[in-house]
Amino acid sequence: MADVNRGNRPLSPHLSIYRPQLTSMTSILTRITGNAILVAALLIVWWFLAAATSPEYYAVANGVLTSWFGDLVLTLSLWGLWYHTLAGIRHLIWDNALALDIPTAEKLGWACIGGSVLLTVLTIAVI
Amino acid sequence: MRYLTDRKRATGMGSAKTGTEHFWAMKVSSVGLLVLIPLFLLTFGPILGSDYETMAAYYAKPFPAIVAALTIVVAFMHFKDGVQVLIEDYVHGLAQKILIIAMICLSYAAAATGVFAIAKLAL
Repeated sequence: MADVNRGNRPLSPHLSIYRPQLTSMTSILTRITGNAILVAALLIVWWFLAAATSPEYYAVANGVLTSWFGDLVLTLSLWGLWYHTLAGIRHLIWDNALALDIPTAEKLGWACIGGSVLLTVLTIAVI
Repeated sequence: MRYLTDRKRATGMGSAKTGTEHFWAMKVSSVGLLVLIPLFLLTFGPILGSDYETMAAYYAKPFPAIVAALTIVVAFMHFKDGVQVLIEDYVHGLAQKILIIAMICLSYAAAATGVFAIAKLAL
């Protein structure tokens, strides 16, 4: 009888009992950054819509995106974008069943964290 | 009491035979974005904050306009697939369906708005 003990079995431990590890944190961060960039993406679409509407509306949208609040959102999103990009490359590597051992995965995790900060600073310096 | 085991109930039903498409679509869009995102940052970045005339002249050129339109479309299609996985993990039942449909609609709406705006600027 497969149904006898349904729902009353010991389940595998989940997030709440695990000590935070670099591998799990960098994985969760991939999801958070990927979805949080939505805000910046919608702001940029709004900027284009305003630009295509009128010079007055463009001034409003451009003003919002270059205000201190716009700078804060876009700078954080830029870091999120680079982090998600590097973490995405890590997934493209993992998809080939490569670099899956824990020491290498942790090195790649640090590369995502360090690389994303570096690329963010570099992007702001270049543009 | 049900006298069928889980295995017996599943036998013969087959797999859903879908799912790899979702994975593959995200893989293709992610590789596309690896090229598009740096190009978009290098074209959009310097123009953000400039006056209307500079912006209008810049986005009348084909390259920045095509890069911006492609980036917005591919990014929102990538977001549409990615956010669906997020919702499937944390939201269940009717709310899950409503949220997934809402996010798909939002993604297409944002992509269409972006393409319309860039086309109007460029043409």
